[in-house]
Amino acid sequence: MLEIRIHGRGGQGNVVAAYLLADAASRARRHCQAFPAFGAERRGAPVTAFVRIARRPILRRDAVKTPGFLIVQDATLLHEPDLAAGLLPGGGILVNTTLDAGEIRRRHGLEVVALPASALAERHLGRRLPNVALLGAFLALTRLLPTRALSEAIAARFATKNPEQNIALATAAAACVAAGAWKEKADAAGA
Amino acid sequence: MPQALEGSAAVARAVALCRPGVIAAYPITPQTHIVENISRLVADGELDTELVSVESEFSAASVVLGAAAAGSRAYTASSSQGILLMMEVLYNIAGLRVPLVMTCANRAVGAPISIWNDQQDSMAARDAGWVQLYCVDNQQAVDTTVQAFRIAEQTELPVMVCIDGFTLTHTMEMLALPTQAQVDRYLPPFRFARALDPASPRSLGMLVTPEWFSELRHAHHAALGRAAEVVERADRDWHKLTRRSAGGLIESFGDPDAPYAVLTIGSVGGTFAAALAECPPASPTRLLRLRCYRPFPLAALHEACRGVRELIVVERALSPGQGGIIGTEVRAAFAGMRGAPRVHNVALGLGGRDVPMETLGRLVAAARARRLPPFSIFDLQPERLPAEER
Amino acid sequence: MDESPRQLIARQREAEPRYRGLESGHRACQGCGEALAARLVTEVAGGDVVVANATGCLEVFTTPWPQSAWRMPWMHSLFENAAAIASDIEAALRHQQRPTKVLAFGGDGGTFDIGFQALSGMLEREHDVLYVCYDNEAYMNTGIQRSSSTPHAAMTTTSPPGRERMGKRHLKKDLLSIIGAHHIPYAASASVAYPRDLQRKVRRALEISGPTFLLVHSPCPLGWGHGGERTIEVGRLAVQTGLFPLVEIERGAVTAVMPLRVPRPVSEYLALQGRFRHLFADEPRAREELEHLQALADHNIAVYGLLGGAPDALDADGADTVRRGGAVA
Repeated sequence: MLEIRIHGRGGQGNVVAAYLLADAASRARRHCQAFPAFGAERRGAPVTAFVRIARRPILRRDAVKTPGFLIVQDATLLHEPDLAAGLLPGGGILVNTTLDAGEIRRRHGLEVVALPASALAERHLGRRLPNVALLGAFLALTRLLPTRALSEAIAARFATKNPEQNIALATAAAACVAAGAWKEKADAAGA
Repeated sequence: MPQALEGSAAVARAVALCRPGVIAAYPITPQTHIVENISRLVADGELDTELVSVESEFSAASVVLGAAAAGSRAYTASSSQGILLMMEVLYNIAGLRVPLVMTCANRAVGAPISIWNDQQDSMAARDAGWVQLYCVDNQQAVDTTVQAFRIAEQTELPVMVCIDGFTLTHTMEMLALPTQAQVDRYLPPFRFARALDPASPRSLGMLVTPEWFSELRHAHHAALGRAAEVVERADRDWHKLTRRSAGGLIESFGDPDAPYAVLTIGSVGGTFAAALAECPPASPTRLLRLRCYRPFPLAALHEACRGVRELIVVERALSPGQGGIIGTEVRAAFAGMRGAPRVHNVALGLGGRDVPMETLGRLVAAARARRLPPFSIFDLQPERLPAEER
Repeated sequence: MDESPRQLIARQREAEPRYRGLESGHRACQGCGEALAARLVTEVAGGDVVVANATGCLEVFTTPWPQSAWRMPWMHSLFENAAAIASDIEAALRHQQRPTKVLAFGGDGGTFDIGFQALSGMLEREHDVLYVCYDNEAYMNTGIQRSSSTPHAAMTTTSPPGRERMGKRHLKKDLLSIIGAHHIPYAASASVAYPRDLQRKVRRALEISGPTFLLVHSPCPLGWGHGGERTIEVGRLAVQTGLFPLVEIERGAVTAVMPLRVPRPVSEYLALQGRFRHLFADEPRAREELEHLQALADHNIAVYGLLGGAPDALDADGADTVRRGGAVA
């Protein structure tokens, strides 16, 4: 089972990101579970959401404490001291930032993959909503699910809005990262 | 065809499949997503129902009571403080023997105010005379919602479907929705024999004098007793139709000869089922998941506990000054029986505290080592309290 | 020298300009109208008060255990009973012969809807309480569900527009008139966009012995769908269009209104907010609802006589020119 923790700020579509990823997994015949860290947080406050993906039914409902991957929607969250708490050894961190990975290593001591997701979203959607771009890049890095699965999930969720632009955004983001770089890590989780 | 759906969205779709005539609700976390999903179905013309957005839970419960009394299938949903504000109406609905269905998105009761999950709210309504069914996952939530209408209408009793707030309501997971044709086949159109109807005028809610009161209370009590069989049959028939059971009265997992058993209620039963497979307790253990809490399934409990020597009752509520609620009832259920299991009782997961998978092993180990008092809050850190409050 | 309690209170009320009842560091969203309004109200009220707060955003974002943003004794009990709790705090203080003023705070859900019965009782029994309703026109704490204060045609999660619906079907409840019908000494509407007016009304209400009521229009960026930086602009337009008239009612009669020099069309107000986005679709239902909302504003303007009042050199509202060096005739 693969566990993913998504960090963001209230209003950035953190839960939507978790639900999209889970829905995409379901469309690739995986079992999935997605849920927010239940809180009373207001817009702008740090929030987290979780995704579990597995090849067998997921029965447990306890907290995700040792995620294999982190997706960080807001680079200001890199200052949070507990950001990487519980991340499995060798786990991957994907960050929405315009800085390069080396700069983040120097500043925060974290090994990350950097993606300018907000800027990409601005270009494709006219809004700085980073979640879809991050998911596109995450699936490219891990090769966890076929691209089609995410496209279908996007089309279902944004049916009345702008699915084509969102799918294009996910595709563009996927092209910005080293495809398959995290494949071994993801495969090791057996999802 | 299984799909990934958030629990609240799935429950809303299940309610819509049951073709309710009237839905009334008042917003309260974590029930809101259910009603929001229903609102969207109504706004898009996909659900033809009178959706009444009332000004309090008291009115929500009253609206569905009036609607069902007037002959419409009626549904409401609430949580926590909302359940408590409804309480006078909840007793009234049950005492009037009016069939309707409510979802309780289980949440702690304040003060201290908490929006997080435990089951103190529905436990507070334990004695209101409703059927109470608790769900382990969102598939059970969907299936139980449909079954609840049939149970309510066959027994003329209201049914409360309890699903853990956030843990189920806000979690997306794989589940299958029944088809409209399946639900239509399972659930005949609503007909309430005592409906308010000028063609055959009846009075509902009459003053009952001491000459009659006990008999009417007995009739209500007996109706709940008979409801156990209806609950079982409803699940059996559902299984015939969909190949899915929603848990009957009590579900039993693991080694059927195990001397240790852990009895759970609600979604903790999912985590413990995972624990049985992935990090099983050192001693052979069976897992019992109580689905039907009212009526209390005495015979099914005795059957499920055959051969059990140590029974750990786990619940997410308590009666302060006394201890566990379900634990006390389970003890009473075995009182005076030869070979009865020793009953250990813990509350845990209060106010949304995480219940990790390893808890199952720790519980069984503690019971085995005789370290469990008759009742305790298991996942407590007393050192965080001032000394005089420990 | 020891101060008597009365001297202490007098000194505290004198010190008001530097008093902040609601401290910074609370957890409201950026641009929260309610947080600003509560700060403005408590600045004027001073520290010698007791607050009874209904369940809602204000309660949640100010008091995450074990922290509190309040510098005044403050109590939250339930959603529906803030007015009853305030009534009985007032009764106890009266019994103890203490001059401390009692405030009750609630949102529109806690005031227009679930707490309405307790509020009516409090007013009828003439408790010496100032009840402040922070009106953001929906249940924001639970995620934007419609209340009886939600404006007609507004989108909320329980009044979504769709193929069959155009947002909320019903009208915003005219709560102020209902409060006025209790014939209490003073009731007024105010807006967080007009802080001086709001604070004047708080002062006025606190001078009165008896029940008083303030309805404070408090934009919610999240629920209304506007940027957090536009809270004041949106709040001002609500007043300038006539959709949220600022009026004062004494013993049931309207005694003062904030006049509109140049009423703005409601579309200017509505277009700034996501909750009215569906009204700008190119379809007959949308046009009909826009006309309906304009008619509601026109009705307010007529009923309260908002167009009255002679030109006033000190009233800059609606004047789009800053005149330098005095008026040029």
